[in-house]
Amino acid sequence: MKTEQKTAKALGSKKMNSNTLLLVITVVLFAVMYAAGCVVYASKGFTHAQTFLNILNNNAGLVCVACGMTCVMLTGGIDISVGSLIALDCMLLAWGTGQGISAAVMCALVIVLGIVFGLVQGFCVGYLNIQPFIVTMAGMFFARGMTAVVSTNQLSITQDTSALFYGWANAKIQLPAFLGYVNSKGKLQIPYIRVSVVIALAVLILIFLILRYTRFGRSLYAVGGSEQSAAMMGLDVKKAKMKAYVLSSFLCSIGGICYCLNTMSGSVSQATGLEMDAIASCVIGGTLLTGGVGNVFGSFFGVLINGTISSLVKTNGKLASSWPNILTAVLLCFFIVLQSVFAHLKEKNK
Amino acid sequence: MDKLKKLSKQQLFLPIMCVLLVLAVNIVYDISQGNPFYSFFRITMENGLLSGRLVSIINRGSEVAILAIGMTLVVSASGGTDISVGSVMSLCASFCCMLVAGFGVSSVSSADEFAMPLVVGLLGALLMGCLCGAFNGALVAYLDIQPMVATLILWSAARAIGLLLCNNLIVYIRVPEYGVFGGYIGFMPTPIIIAAVCVLAVSLVLKKTAMGMYVQAVGINKKASRIAGLNSRRIIFMCYFLCGVCAAIAGIVNSSRITSADSNNIGLNMELDAILAVALGGNSLGGGRFNLAGSIIGAYTIQAITTTMYNLGVSSAVSPVFKAVVVIVIVAIQSQPLQNWIKKHRAHAAGKEAAKV
Repeated sequence: MKTEQKTAKALGSKKMNSNTLLLVITVVLFAVMYAAGCVVYASKGFTHAQTFLNILNNNAGLVCVACGMTCVMLTGGIDISVGSLIALDCMLLAWGTGQGISAAVMCALVIVLGIVFGLVQGFCVGYLNIQPFIVTMAGMFFARGMTAVVSTNQLSITQDTSALFYGWANAKIQLPAFLGYVNSKGKLQIPYIRVSVVIALAVLILIFLILRYTRFGRSLYAVGGSEQSAAMMGLDVKKAKMKAYVLSSFLCSIGGICYCLNTMSGSVSQATGLEMDAIASCVIGGTLLTGGVGNVFGSFFGVLINGTISSLVKTNGKLASSWPNILTAVLLCFFIVLQSVFAHLKEKNK
Repeated sequence: MDKLKKLSKQQLFLPIMCVLLVLAVNIVYDISQGNPFYSFFRITMENGLLSGRLVSIINRGSEVAILAIGMTLVVSASGGTDISVGSVMSLCASFCCMLVAGFGVSSVSSADEFAMPLVVGLLGALLMGCLCGAFNGALVAYLDIQPMVATLILWSAARAIGLLLCNNLIVYIRVPEYGVFGGYIGFMPTPIIIAAVCVLAVSLVLKKTAMGMYVQAVGINKKASRIAGLNSRRIIFMCYFLCGVCAAIAGIVNSSRITSADSNNIGLNMELDAILAVALGGNSLGGGRFNLAGSIIGAYTIQAITTTMYNLGVSSAVSPVFKAVVVIVIVAIQSQPLQNWIKKHRAHAAGKEAAKV
């Protein structure tokens, strides 16, 4: 009996166990969902490599945003301004290119805007010690309102307004031909990815390296794990928090450009609820909401699960458009409860 | 000077200052438009109905006031906010309309009578509000999940479920009785009466029973209140439950105004207004002591700001910008580091003066 308890204790004390378990659950869930989709919708082309690549193509912006969100959530905070910031970015890009400003200049401007936005939010959270949720909620309404200030119409980017941006958006990077398939007309379809996917994957790997190997990355984990201990260790907690929000808004702006490459338009109601998808992706990917634990690759799988859900609903074709939202919320709920249960178990093992 | 300082420490100082500021803006605007300065306050009877700008503000502000009741308790007890209220409003309104319309069959086309009695619809909406509140409450109180994260689930899901119930359509109820809750009883706008009843009922319960004290005790220190014998989990649960009910009532009022269920727009951004009302009312968003009257005044202040902005010709899509700025300024003023900084600065200045003497 006693030895059993001891082994249980030993298992519980291995910190990685429950956390890696969450990640494993996520990966398995993704594999099961995708496999199920392949079996059920095999006749509708779900098995083609392009279906999987389209999930990436459609969610490249979300991957960037989720990476930033992971960094913020590692510090124990949250950033719900991302969806509105993306709407503002898209609107600015569409408006600016419409005014005849070069797309490259507008992209730079949007990224600068993201950094400034992040600085203000980070200052409020880090130095003024206001709850992150309140700050970013105000940021969310501010950005959405500013989008309406720029224009309340739906502006679109066409080849006439910006040939450069149009070129970026329509560039196809083709993968090796053996992944392709021959369609009903007897033509070989070679799978491709968009430019935005390359950006997103680069961001993903960069953030992974930053979180794992740099002083800044480790300080985020330390702040999230325990603010007090981090401060005692001599870390500048306020600065680390502020940097996290700046990074999040910066990545969100990059995500906004990726998003705009997909939609090629700007409107006030764009990307509503995207913050929810990003948070859900992080939570599903095993990032603890209390901070200190998480991994961008988990968030990446979270995004893939999200994408698979909407892709399944789309392939079905008969389900209402609100189903992906509901399913994501259910998954989010499941994982939040799971995290809470794990946390309780850990407490007990102590 | 000392009196002024004392005055500024009063809890109702902030909301009343805001009201005065809004009034001043309105009066200046009226004068600049060539209207008499009292036109803001003028209350007239038109076609046997009360009307006037003040009446319209109090009428339109009813939903926020009702939401603010629940939100104040939630903030006080758990130190977090319930961000799902807007979506829950939408879900409850949709559910009520769908029940009354017989799930999109009869009243959507044109029928003269309800598919189900109105009472069933209203009770259904309230029940839905209870369910949502209980769900949030269970997550926060019994599973120890941060309030904002727990309510994030319904924030996204409730509106989606409402849309699903309505089949992505706007469900019209063409029976005039349904419009009463957003319309008039006699000459009085009904929403004002509903809001007043809600406020009175809750404040009576809080004053006459120990509930108000319990909520504050839990908010100030959860552990201490548990050791003192309070069932702190149950109290937090009840606050969220009540918040859900308030959201349901607000949802019914809002959908009754337009006699339809517009899931996409009912209660949109309402959670910000409710939180803002609580913050404006001088309540700390970190939990603990609360002042219901402050929140209610805060709620009407927000409506006054909104109405004033419409008067000034600011589009409804832009108005969140101003509200966001107001929220940040208020919360920043309340924040501990800034308060400390001001205190330090003052002490420094006082020290310098003393040195001079």
